[in-house]
Amino acid sequence: MDCYEIREQLYAYLDGETTVWRRRAVARHLEECPPCLEGYTLKVTVRRVVAQRCQDPLPADLESRISALLAAEAAD
Amino acid sequence: MSDGPGILGPMADRARFEEMTREYMPALYSHALRLTRNPSDAEDLVQETYLRAYRGFPTFGEGGNLRAWLFRIATNAYINVYRARQRRPEQRDLDGMEEWALHGAIGGLEAAAAARTAEIEALDAMPDEDVKRALDELPEIFRQTVLLADVEGFSYREIAEITDVPIGTVMSRLHRGRRKLEEALFDLAVERGLVPEKEPAGA
Repeated sequence: MDCYEIREQLYAYLDGETTVWRRRAVARHLEECPPCLEGYTLKVTVRRVVAQRCQDPLPADLESRISALLAAEAAD
Repeated sequence: MSDGPGILGPMADRARFEEMTREYMPALYSHALRLTRNPSDAEDLVQETYLRAYRGFPTFGEGGNLRAWLFRIATNAYINVYRARQRRPEQRDLDGMEEWALHGAIGGLEAAAAARTAEIEALDAMPDEDVKRALDELPEIFRQTVLLADVEGFSYREIAEITDVPIGTVMSRLHRGRRKLEEALFDLAVERGLVPEKEPAGA
């Protein structure tokens, strides 16, 4: 696979959604191609940053409000 | 085998439901907040999700994927309540396999390697608000799909079931959504002076 084909595979590779064969081909290419590896590292970083920054605290009383809502529903 | 309403009665059923679903509430709230972009709408959406899930709980198969099931209910509730309110016909325009393949093939290679390293460092230094802003600006269907993959770590198959589209559509939305997100984050990093502007193409 050339760089264009590799870059098409990077998201699936990142998500662990490629075949074993493709996985190996992408891994081998990344070892040998610094620009593609940079591109991959960027994607990994974006994914990690998004995952880290999107953990919002649960409002304090939401759980008890939901519990009350379900109790009222069960009582019907 | 399901016992329907349960031999211990509705109280025990409700306790069991709450016990099983409680751990997913923070993730559902965070997801709802990024979808609705508004704390009070997000709280309403989580409440609606739990109400629907509780009503549907007798139909939930023992040993099924409870987390994916809850996110599917949240997604449907969001579509029913919030998207109906907005009436934005964007979905049809944004999907399409040919366009994403072309975009992906041509778009990926321009950025200079030196800018890349600076960009990676800038991403880690970026405040939460900037990352959220970049996400909030993504078109809804891309935002939803990227969140399910990147924040919740669902598989393509699970996302396909949660959002009720084929796996190919999940892949195309993820591909395009992440590309747009990378561009938006890059623009914000430039705006903040964290990375130099891109060299003109061909330079």
